[in-house]
Amino acid sequence: MLIGRIIGDVVATQKAASHEGRKVLVVQPLNLDGSDRGEVVLALDAVGAGIGERVLIVTEGFGAMTAVGRTNAPIDMAVVGIIDSVDLISGVK
Amino acid sequence: MMLGRIIGNVVCTMKNASLDGKKLLLVQPIDRHGRDKGRPFVAVDSVGAGAGETIYWCRGREASFPFLPNDVPTEATIVGIVDTINIPGG
Amino acid sequence: MILARIVGTVVATRKDPRLEGKKLLVVKPISPEGADEPGYLVAVDTVDAGFRETVLIVSGSSARMASECKDRPVDAAIVGIVDTVKLDAQHEAELAAARKK
Repeated sequence: MLIGRIIGDVVATQKAASHEGRKVLVVQPLNLDGSDRGEVVLALDAVGAGIGERVLIVTEGFGAMTAVGRTNAPIDMAVVGIIDSVDLISGVK
Repeated sequence: MMLGRIIGNVVCTMKNASLDGKKLLLVQPIDRHGRDKGRPFVAVDSVGAGAGETIYWCRGREASFPFLPNDVPTEATIVGIVDTINIPGG
Repeated sequence: MILARIVGTVVATRKDPRLEGKKLLVVKPISPEGADEPGYLVAVDTVDAGFRETVLIVSGSSARMASECKDRPVDAAIVGIVDTVKLDAQHEAELAAARKK
């Protein structure tokens, strides 16, 4: 799983039936220091997260499908938690 | 899933039988601003996407799931056509 | 999936029994325009591809979904021989413009 920040969402009328009724969120993955980690990804919302929130994203299919409650679906990422805090050993980046 | 844009298509007469009837499209990954990012690749279409459209695609084993119960050997499938991307503040 | 060109073969006498009878080919990734890209892969052939042909490669666990790779220890399979790669006219124009710069 990765830490990310929700920066937006995507509207898609024509999409996989298994994506219906779930928000498609634009998530910027983050490094531990809070900087951007690579390019944005799209994840289905499984927890009711909103723009600006720091979230936990699962980046593997089985976990993502389980979170969204849709098995055998083309889902490779899902937002599975809204992060309250992250505590790191001092000096870790 | 990730954002991309359709930049072309690929035709294979001789192909694995499990790919029969599947549309193969060239996808250029894009960033949040719609700019090209990284190398183009080939994806199987599952939503009727066409040239120039912004789409989102699923990677990995899950990419074959839109075609169940058929086993389709793809690790990249177009699963949505993007109408709009809303990113407040860009 | 990626586009690649067949550049060689691999012969392995001693291998996982589930790979027996499978043709192993060395392929180099190429761009849609046909230019070589870094790296290489060894892939199982499922379509009778030959030297220098442009092919379609599926990798990862999806490779095992190809009809001849079920339950075999395979992470890259050649699943198509490419006849044509057609780039969108607009994209082609952009590429041409980029080359001129």
